[in-house]
Amino acid sequence: MAMLDVKDIHTYYGNIHALKGISLEVNEGEIVTLIGANGAGKTTTLRAISGLLKPREGSIKLNGEDLATYHAHELAFKGIAMVPEGRGVFSQLSVDENLQMGAYSRNDSAGINKDKERVFKLFPRLKERHKQPAGTLSGGEQQMLATGRALMAHPKLMLMDEPSMGLAPILVEGIFEIIKEINKEGTTILLVEQNALMALSIAHRGYVLQTGQIVLSDTAENLANNEMVQKSYLGVE
Amino acid sequence: MTAKVQTGQLSSFSNKTLAFDWKGLLRIGLIGGLMAVLVSIIGMVETFHGRDIVGGVITMGQTVLAGAIFVSSSIAASRNSSHSRLSQILGAVVSGLLATATLGILIWFSQLVNLRPIFVNISPSLIRILTFEKDLPGQLVPALGLLLAYGFVIGLFAGLLYVAPTKMRKAVTSGIIWVLVIGLLGELLRTLIVGKPIEESVSWILGTRNQKGVSVIGAAVIFSLVAAFSTLSQMFGGRLGSQVQARKAALPVNAQRGLNATLLLVIFLILWQLPQLFGIYLSDVANTVGLYILMGLGLNIVVGYAGLLDLGYVAFFALGAYTMAVATSTAVGAGRGLILFSLGLTFWEALPIAVGVACLAGIILGIPVLKMRGDYLAIVTLGFGEIIRILAFSDFLKPYIGGAQGIVKIAPIMVAGQNLTRPTELFHVVLIICAIVAFIAWRLRDSRVGRAWKAIREDEDVASAMGINLVTSKLLAFASGAAFSGFAGAIFATKLSSIIPGSFGLLVSINILALIIVGGMGSLPGVLVGALALVALPELLREFSEFRLLVFGAVLVGMMIYKPEGLLPEETRKLELHEPEPGELQP
Repeated sequence: MAMLDVKDIHTYYGNIHALKGISLEVNEGEIVTLIGANGAGKTTTLRAISGLLKPREGSIKLNGEDLATYHAHELAFKGIAMVPEGRGVFSQLSVDENLQMGAYSRNDSAGINKDKERVFKLFPRLKERHKQPAGTLSGGEQQMLATGRALMAHPKLMLMDEPSMGLAPILVEGIFEIIKEINKEGTTILLVEQNALMALSIAHRGYVLQTGQIVLSDTAENLANNEMVQKSYLGVE
Repeated sequence: MTAKVQTGQLSSFSNKTLAFDWKGLLRIGLIGGLMAVLVSIIGMVETFHGRDIVGGVITMGQTVLAGAIFVSSSIAASRNSSHSRLSQILGAVVSGLLATATLGILIWFSQLVNLRPIFVNISPSLIRILTFEKDLPGQLVPALGLLLAYGFVIGLFAGLLYVAPTKMRKAVTSGIIWVLVIGLLGELLRTLIVGKPIEESVSWILGTRNQKGVSVIGAAVIFSLVAAFSTLSQMFGGRLGSQVQARKAALPVNAQRGLNATLLLVIFLILWQLPQLFGIYLSDVANTVGLYILMGLGLNIVVGYAGLLDLGYVAFFALGAYTMAVATSTAVGAGRGLILFSLGLTFWEALPIAVGVACLAGIILGIPVLKMRGDYLAIVTLGFGEIIRILAFSDFLKPYIGGAQGIVKIAPIMVAGQNLTRPTELFHVVLIICAIVAFIAWRLRDSRVGRAWKAIREDEDVASAMGINLVTSKLLAFASGAAFSGFAGAIFATKLSSIIPGSFGLLVSINILALIIVGGMGSLPGVLVGALALVALPELLREFSEFRLLVFGAVLVGMMIYKPEGLLPEETRKLELHEPEPGELQP
């Protein structure tokens, strides 16, 4: 059984039909990526899974349990953590406080401290700046912080929304290396990306989204070699 | 090399020639002049002229006038900051001359045309002040000459101060500020020492009993002392301060905590003794400040921590006060000034009810506005505040809460069988309650729920993805903020022993909001400083109350431009609004 099982969800913004029947699965231990152009519905799909937007039809199941009745804040306790789009750090809170917020759903202080050490090991820059307000960090550091904050929840499933957005290419590579490492340590990841090349290089499987519908799904390797994907998203003529 | 003067931009310059941005200079000088004209024609100069700052030499009216010219000259000097020192000084002088010239035009014009039908404050006595007591129109030319010389001197002083070494500038500025402050509060200081042995020994500073402000010698002494102290502290203070800080940081955490607690205890004990020094009037002012601190701490939770802009905060204050009144008033019966029904409780029995009612009202207001943010929330809460005020005024509720006449005979606070009715006695109760509430607010800030509030303030979606329940957190913010305010209201009612609905207007809400903005949003010491600045100061300078809102507005605009984080901000907020120097924040 898949860890995350999304079946035929439809969402609307007012009268605009945003997702027109999305179905996808994420198995334990995988990195699954959702690629697609602007406005295809990638972020909307993540918002639906994290409970910020309730689908009108369809079901979302985590380890077999339907999530429809849960509020967004309860899903954090179910083991879903989110790295929001545009980094979304709490800019007036310090790096330390941001990380503490990530562990809001936990109360095992020993485990929290262990995870904090782990985050600081993954991102030494954050340790250097732990007292600084998050708003004064650079773009790359803010992305590290958003990722570290999600790790602090010790999630089973991590939803990442465009971690490469607005970052210099060298930083993008670093971030993706770390995503791979986090996954190796046992966290399942659903990754939304516009940078299809990078996303497919680290993911196990992928889905291609177009105007609210899934048009392709395959292993990452096959997708990377798919002619349509190459033409539309990888810029290969 | 020749200097090209480009209009509209900063002119290019060389070291050898004096170069000016003439257009900018003209603008600044004229703005300074218009400011001087404004403070004159609205009557500020004349009214303030009655108040001596330095006995017989400088009045507050002259200070305001000179201040306007000084500020414009300093700005003119700083605009020329890329130029040579000489052109900075010249810029300041030109600006000072321009400002007084504008004022001169006003004087000249007032001799040609009778301006009083339009500007009632342009009185002969104002003109006499502005022309240094010369007789117009006969001595118009010497008067204007004197005025220009005045502008020249102030401009020159501003320019010299600008180019002076930093240490000297700071020393002189703080010296002047202290003379002004002590001069302004001179009368008040005198009331503190009247009839005490110390009066004789300091009379040479404060002057005789019927003098206001400080004496000339006093001003000179204060100025030199402050300037000397400022110089010394700039030379050694920084090192000493950081040494003390370092020593303290080296102590174990427990010892640090103990030190802080001892310090707070000492401050508390000093405050406890204050009423003996203060006397009745000042104690009453202090009590009012205390109530505003209570409300400020409460609103600070709602606006500062949780970021929910509440403009109807006075409603909870009113509910606390009215609950206390209805629960304890003894003016019961059918007739004028009486209410039909009262619970007949004592203050201490009624207090939890008053706080509870305010708290409940906070939740009731909170529920419908859960989904609202920013401006919409502000408007709804504004409406809520008005609803409560209008209900208090209404004839419909008059039999129960007294309508426009309010409620009288509210029970006093009773401690150990004694009624505390004098402000000096009440002060202790207010102090204790402020201390308790400040402690609660401080603990809340660093608690789990405090962090949740801050997260909601920053980003609601992300906060809920972190596992924060938006509904309970927001309601908790509204409820605890309202409870603090209800607390303040209950004490307010018993302090006055009668309440009228007029005391619960919109201006109270705005005042509280302004005090936490001035103090520093989200900062606890900021609430204290804000309350002193916005409640105590206007109260002590009551004779100028007609200009209170004007000064208030000007100060707020200035704060938002130069110190947007407030007077005593939280550390992170300060860092965010003033980008640190690169490398400064490395651990």
